[in-house]
Amino acid sequence: MIRLALLLVAIALPGHMARAEEIVLGLSRDQVAITATFDGSDILIFGAVHREAPPPVNADPLEVIVTVAGPPETAIVRHKERRAGIWINADAVRIEGAPSFYAVATTAPLGEVLSITEDLRLAVSISRAIRAAGNRAFETANHVAALVRIRKAQDVYRLQEGGVDLDRETLFRTSLALPADLVAGNYTTRIFLTRGGKVIDSYETVIGVRKVGVERWLYDFSREQAALYGLLSLALAIAAGWAASAAFTGWRR
Amino acid sequence: MQLYLPIAEVSVNIFLILGLGGLVGVLSGMFGVGGGFLITPLLFLAGIPPAVAVATSTNQIVASSFSALLGHLRRRTVDMTMGAVLLAGGLVGSGLGMAVFNWLRARGQVDLLVELSYVIFLGTVGAMMLVESLNALLKSRRPGARPKRRKHYWVHALPLKMKFRVSGLYISAIPPLLVGLSVGVLAAIMGVGGGFVMVPAMIYLLGMPTKVVIGTSLFQIIFVTAFTTMLHAVTNQTVDIALALLLIAGGVIGAQLGTRIGARMKAEQLRILLALLVLAVCGQLALGLVLRPAELYEIQSVAPS
Repeated sequence: MIRLALLLVAIALPGHMARAEEIVLGLSRDQVAITATFDGSDILIFGAVHREAPPPVNADPLEVIVTVAGPPETAIVRHKERRAGIWINADAVRIEGAPSFYAVATTAPLGEVLSITEDLRLAVSISRAIRAAGNRAFETANHVAALVRIRKAQDVYRLQEGGVDLDRETLFRTSLALPADLVAGNYTTRIFLTRGGKVIDSYETVIGVRKVGVERWLYDFSREQAALYGLLSLALAIAAGWAASAAFTGWRR
Repeated sequence: MQLYLPIAEVSVNIFLILGLGGLVGVLSGMFGVGGGFLITPLLFLAGIPPAVAVATSTNQIVASSFSALLGHLRRRTVDMTMGAVLLAGGLVGSGLGMAVFNWLRARGQVDLLVELSYVIFLGTVGAMMLVESLNALLKSRRPGARPKRRKHYWVHALPLKMKFRVSGLYISAIPPLLVGLSVGVLAAIMGVGGGFVMVPAMIYLLGMPTKVVIGTSLFQIIFVTAFTTMLHAVTNQTVDIALALLLIAGGVIGAQLGTRIGARMKAEQLRILLALLVLAVCGQLALGLVLRPAELYEIQSVAPS
């Protein structure tokens, strides 16, 4: 009986090192409400490393990686070329499942804290996270690179090496500034503990970003009662046009 | 002061959008153009997604055009009969244009066609107007110059004659129908109300007086853009009512100012200014086609399939 239990534990916890060190996570908030005056939001992601036994001696230093991915969307990346003197869209590639927002924060340079094989397996780095969604990497390499470059410039794809503070290999924290033009949806948050490039524990949770109040009502209205919404927009336009005209006439007299 | 737009899903500065709306409103009231060819690129610059910018600006044009139209109605400078005939042609034209647009979209390269047709039409129309109105202005300054007699074009020889009282015209209904039709096609392809093509066409092809042209153009723009707004709201759900309200608030005030400025200016001066504006937009678009873009790739986000 005890042997069977031990066997089950061994199956459930693959890898000899696994679960020797575990993540205990806290979030300053797990819901973000988008109101009319929403102007970005800061989220504090913090936690501790729980150990049953003292940390292994002579092991590689403990590192922490935190990733936050916005809802996936499909991006069409177009490439311009010069033909007959003018710049036109020459080719386009559909990139499926590219997150609308992706941030990676680490305790040290990503290349040092995560091996390439682990990155391939878990899709942690920005370019892997995009390619993971079954995009043919070979044919679309230039377009994926352009997508990452443009979105990095817009600050919606971020790599913050050294952005996670780790205290005495036990307490870690990082702060995430969500931008003002945030897409509503589920933001998947993953935390990885690594030693020598290998992931020894991971934890996944979701930060929900929701529109509330008027924002939500208008959004739902525009989707569910599209014709009525259109008529309302037109009625408002006509009323505003009339009101302005009437106001100016009155003011001149 | 920032406002998060529910449909566009971006946060914008309220005063920036109010200002943009106001600027376009002034132009709309002065020249009788909807301003769609101006507001849409400006909204792109403010960070609004293109689909939302196109759809929402049509809604804003309804408001500013209606406000300006009321000003013109009071001054009796709207030819309703002419407007109705143009509109009849215009609605048939938008139907045709939409078919052409979808056919081209299936073959890719819609963007290029839209930009090229902008450059060609704005360039031709702007240059013609500028030359003609400069000539007219110079002639009117020369002492002792006699006002030119109204010319008789070939359009006056066609059947189906109608009386357009406000314009002081007795011409066939066929030319206005054709003008409306071709503007409708252009409007659907280029995503604008078509005022900048309509206004010169009414002046030079139909021989209507400039003051009447503006009110009449506004009259038909309201119907065309209202139709387009409904189309966008129902099929793409890209009309952002919060963004529209901000643009409208700026736009209706601007339109009233514009109508007053326009009423105080000479017809030739108005035409020169409109011609310069049209040429400026054309030049900017042409440069964009010819110069090497800073970023050779561009991203269009679509809902996950």
